[in-house]
Amino acid sequence: MDTDAPHSMGTTIIGVTYNGGVVLGADSRTSTGVYVANRASDKITQLTDNVYVCRSGSAADSQIVSDYVRYFLHQHTIQLGQPATVKVAANLVRLLAYNNKNLLQTGLIVGGWDKYEGGKIYGIPLGGTIIEQPFAIGGSGSSYLYGFFDQAWKEGMTKDEAEQLVVKAVSLAIARDGASGGVVRTVIINSEGVTRNFYPGDKLPLWHEELEPQFSLLDIPSSPGPEPMNI
Amino acid sequence: MSKLEFDVPAKGGFSFDLCKRNEMLMKKGVQPPSYRKTGTTIVGLIFQDGVILGADTRATEGPIVCDKNCEKIHYMAPNIYCCGAGTAADTEAVTDMVSSQLQLHRHHTGRESRVITALTLLKSHLFNYQGYVQAALVLGGVDVTGPHLHTIYPHGSTDTLPFATMGSGSLAAMAVFESKYHEGLTRDEGIKLVTEAICSGIFNDLGSGSNVDVCVITKGHKEYLRNHLLPNPRSYVSAKGFSFSKKTEVLLTKVTPLKEKVEIIQSGEAMEE
Repeated sequence: MDTDAPHSMGTTIIGVTYNGGVVLGADSRTSTGVYVANRASDKITQLTDNVYVCRSGSAADSQIVSDYVRYFLHQHTIQLGQPATVKVAANLVRLLAYNNKNLLQTGLIVGGWDKYEGGKIYGIPLGGTIIEQPFAIGGSGSSYLYGFFDQAWKEGMTKDEAEQLVVKAVSLAIARDGASGGVVRTVIINSEGVTRNFYPGDKLPLWHEELEPQFSLLDIPSSPGPEPMNI
Repeated sequence: MSKLEFDVPAKGGFSFDLCKRNEMLMKKGVQPPSYRKTGTTIVGLIFQDGVILGADTRATEGPIVCDKNCEKIHYMAPNIYCCGAGTAADTEAVTDMVSSQLQLHRHHTGRESRVITALTLLKSHLFNYQGYVQAALVLGGVDVTGPHLHTIYPHGSTDTLPFATMGSGSLAAMAVFESKYHEGLTRDEGIKLVTEAICSGIFNDLGSGSNVDVCVITKGHKEYLRNHLLPNPRSYVSAKGFSFSKKTEVLLTKVTPLKEKVEIIQSGEAMEE
C-alpha cells in the first residue's frame, strides 16, 4: 500500500438545475491509492454565499483552485458592490483550469443562483473547457450515470424531486464505483439561500445484489435471498 | 567574423551534469544513499476539552533504525503542535519554517496564532513543491475559534477530521480509532485511546517502534508528555557492565547531558543608560 500516492478523490459529483435553483451532490470518499484516507470528506466547497463548487480529481489541485477562486471572487464582490454571478465564478475557475492545464488534474462543477440568470450549472472538466448545462456529472463514478440521467432527468423539476434524483444517482454510482463511497452530501441553492443536507450510508437505498443489512453474520437470514435477475 | 562562445553560468533550475555519472555508478552496483525517514505512526483526536496528538519515536534509514527515540511532535505555536511523517529533514524544515512565520505573524497582529493559519502556510508550501517535499503532517491545536485537527498530505491537500492517523502505521492506528472513538472523550480516555492507537502501530508496523509521545492541548494550556509510555525497554543489558581493558585506569568521569537546560534568572532591574 502506497501512502505516498497523491491524494485523489475517486468521486461522484453531480449538479442539477431545477425550477428555482440548483442542487449539487457528491459522495465523500478520498483515497490515497487503495486506502480510504477520508471517508467523510466534503467535496462541495463554498466560493461565495450563492455559488458552490463540486471538486473531483486530485485533492490538492482542486483545493488550491477553489481557494484561489474564493479569494478572487471576494475581491470581485468588493469591487462590484454586489454578489458575484455564477457565470463569473465559473469563468474564474475555467481560466485557472485552462491556463494551468499541464499542471492540474481536476474536474469541477460550479453551481449557484444569482438574480440575473437564476440557477445555473457549469461543468469544467479536465483541460479547462467551460460548458453551461442543465445538469452536469463528473468524477469516476459518473461513467455509471450517463444512461441513468438520459432516462431520469426532466426539465422543470421541483426542489424535492431534484434532490431525490441527485441522492438516488450518487447512491447508484457508489454501489458500482469502488472509488466512490461514504455518505451523500447535497447543497441546495436558490433565491432563499443555501441548504446543506447529509444522507448517511445506512439511509441510502440498496440496489441490485446488495445485501440486506445484518447485525451479525451469525443471524439466520429470514428472507429467502436475492431474487434472480429478470431479462 | 568568428563567433565568441562564453561559458555562461546556469540560469537556474536543475543541473543535469551529474546524472550520467550517477547512472554509471548505479550500473556498477553503488547504492544511492538512503535518506532518513520517519516510518511512523502519528495520530490526533479531538476530545471534549481540546486536541490530543500522539506519535511513535522510531526514525529509520532504509532498514536500519537510526534513532530509537526521536521527537516527531513539533512545536508550531504555544497552542499548536504538529506531528510529522515522511522524510525527517522535510518535516523538521517545513514545521520550523512555518513555526517562525507564525511567530512573526503573532508579532504583527498581536494575537494568538490560529490553527487554520498554520494549515494554509503549510499547504501552500507543500503544493508549490508538488509533493517533492515529502512531509505528511497531523496538525492540531486550540485557538479562539475552538479545537481543530487537520491532516496535510505531501501534495498539499488537507482534510479536517475529528480523528486522524498518518504514516506507515496509519492503518493499524486507524483500526483502533474506528472501533473505539466516540465524541466527548474525557482527557484520560483520550490519552488512553491515543496510546492504544500508537502501540498498535508500534507493534504491527515495521516502520514504527520504540516509545509513545503524547501532547495534550486545551484552551490556554498544553502538556507535552514526552515518552509517556515506554513499551520497549532495553531488557538485554549485560550484567557485567562495561569495563575498560586491563591496563586502563579511569582518572575522571564527567557526564554531559545532551540537551542543555537553560535557566532564566529573573533580572533585578532593567538596564539604564
